[in-house]
Amino acid sequence: MTQWIEACAKDDVAQEDVKRFDHAGHTYAIYRSPDDKFYATDGLCTHEKIHLADGLVMDHIIECPKHNGRFDYTTGAAKGAPVCVNLKTYPTKVEGIKVFINIA
Amino acid sequence: MNEPGIVIVGGGMAAARACINLRANDYLGSIILVSEENLLPYDRPPLSKASIVDAAAHEPVLLLDESIVASLNVDVRLGQQVTAINRSEKTISLNDGSKIPYSKLLIATGAKPRKLNCPGGEFALTLRDHKDTVLLREKFQPHKKITVIGGGFIGLELASSASKLGCHVTLIEAQPRILMRGVPEPIAKIVHDRHLAAGVTMIIGTGISHLTENAVHLTDGRVIAADTIIAGIGAAPETKLAADAGLAIENGIACNAQMQTSDPDIYAAGDCASFPHELMGGKRLRLEAWRSAQEQAATAAANMLGGAKTHNNIPWFWSDQFDLSLQIAGSAELGPNTITRVPAEGALVLFHLADDGSIKGASGIGIGNAIGRDIKVAEMLVAKNAKPSPEILADPTQQLKTLLKA
Ligand SMILES: Cc1cc2nc3c(=O)[nH]c(=O)nc-3n(C[C@H](O)[C@H](O)[C@H](O)COP(=O)(O)OP(=O)(O)OC[C@H]3O[C@@H](n4cnc5c(N)ncnc54)[C@H](O)[C@@H]3O)c2cc1C
Ligand code: FES
Repeated sequence: MTQWIEACAKDDVAQEDVKRFDHAGHTYAIYRSPDDKFYATDGLCTHEKIHLADGLVMDHIIECPKHNGRFDYTTGAAKGAPVCVNLKTYPTKVEGIKVFINIA
Repeated sequence: MNEPGIVIVGGGMAAARACINLRANDYLGSIILVSEENLLPYDRPPLSKASIVDAAAHEPVLLLDESIVASLNVDVRLGQQVTAINRSEKTISLNDGSKIPYSKLLIATGAKPRKLNCPGGEFALTLRDHKDTVLLREKFQPHKKITVIGGGFIGLELASSASKLGCHVTLIEAQPRILMRGVPEPIAKIVHDRHLAAGVTMIIGTGISHLTENAVHLTDGRVIAADTIIAGIGAAPETKLAADAGLAIENGIACNAQMQTSDPDIYAAGDCASFPHELMGGKRLRLEAWRSAQEQAATAAANMLGGAKTHNNIPWFWSDQFDLSLQIAGSAELGPNTITRVPAEGALVLFHLADDGSIKGASGIGIGNAIGRDIKVAEMLVAKNAKPSPEILADPTQQLKTLLKA
């Protein structure tokens, strides 16, 4: 099943940056990579449920602003202490100026 | 009998991280971890925060649970105290009289709260481990009078937690302000004002004369009634074992930058250890910080296996009080020139620059995670020994990240 929902406009997210997107009681994080691709993950750190959109994006890594846990946002893989649980990722697509994520 | 393997004294963050990293570095020999505590290694930062205020977080957060211990194949000996290190025979002695041989030893004994040495000092509770938290949680009932001695991080976090639970809280600090050590004044002031706003009575610049069971007597004659008295006056590194074994001690177990003690087969990591820090001007540091304990353990683990890793991670620390989060990276002391940035309303980041323009540290405070990103970039700039543009640092409309590419 697919459920594409509009998350933001392309220009809402700077290159190598992240933006928070809330939908139906759930928080997502939308990333724009240095090579200008869009990615989406769950919005909360798997360590203590902190908003990752307040964190720093470096290449394909998002670093949590709370205790510096790291994830590869393209795969959701946890990349080091203190995080050990991976992040859920969601497919994205760009149509015109809009970014969609598939939350199904 | 098997060859002696690696033995770890202590069962806190540094010990846990060493186990993980020894295996990650493909060490296949035996690991024996001896801890005087009865719990598997658990996380200490929640002990003054969520574990007190949040009923859902009362259980200790294990760093190594049973399944991780099994998968790492660590022989964990709980409830056993190490009483001596016998360097000439390369063994440690336990309180039950037994001995364990080692090829390499890691001392990760942490620190213990300082006790108040005024008359009646024994009436003050302290916080270091999970059972201390269980006791404090019982004491922090609504409307109880809680008096905290010491305006350092643990004291302030406990004042915040007690206040959140509806206690009447008084905090007493002998110095002219709270957080004198390592925290710049403008940030300490935000913390101070937040405590006042929450109704905490702040008594600053006044010493303690003596304690009775239910009162704190101040040097100026005032008497503060208290149902519970807590001392948060710092922690002393747990160095006795090392000192008795003749290892060099210098504000902690003295290590070189490889986290190796004065005995080449013995390493130390975490709150018990001091080491010279190249990026901090070669100054000997002893940190009591959660991330650093992990990083030091990672350095020690690599070097116990024959590596030559130099420990030069930038010190980093955080504290949570009420809705505020504070973070400090690097050193404020080494950077006398301050650049101020206001990244969001109510948030403040100070960058500490040396006279040659290089950045040595940053300190920030804000609601939620307002400052995490800026402190992280600052930390990376410190690691690069960068001389960032003061104009960009001060301008919240400019992304700090651009400075990393310069
Ligand atoms: C209440 C509290 C809140 C904190 N909050 C923060 C925070 O917000 N941010 C932050 O950066 N840092 C914080 N810290 C600091 C951080 O938790 C420590 O830096 C970290 O725990 C150090 O790890 P360690 O392994 O060196 O020592 P510890 O965690 O103290 O572990 C040492 C272990 O060794 C055992 N031991 C000692 N001697 C012996 C012996 N002879 N035989 C057997 N076992 C022995 C001890 O019982 C203990 O289990 C906090 C600390 C406390 C206590
Ligand atoms: S909350 Fe993200 S690393 Fe702890």
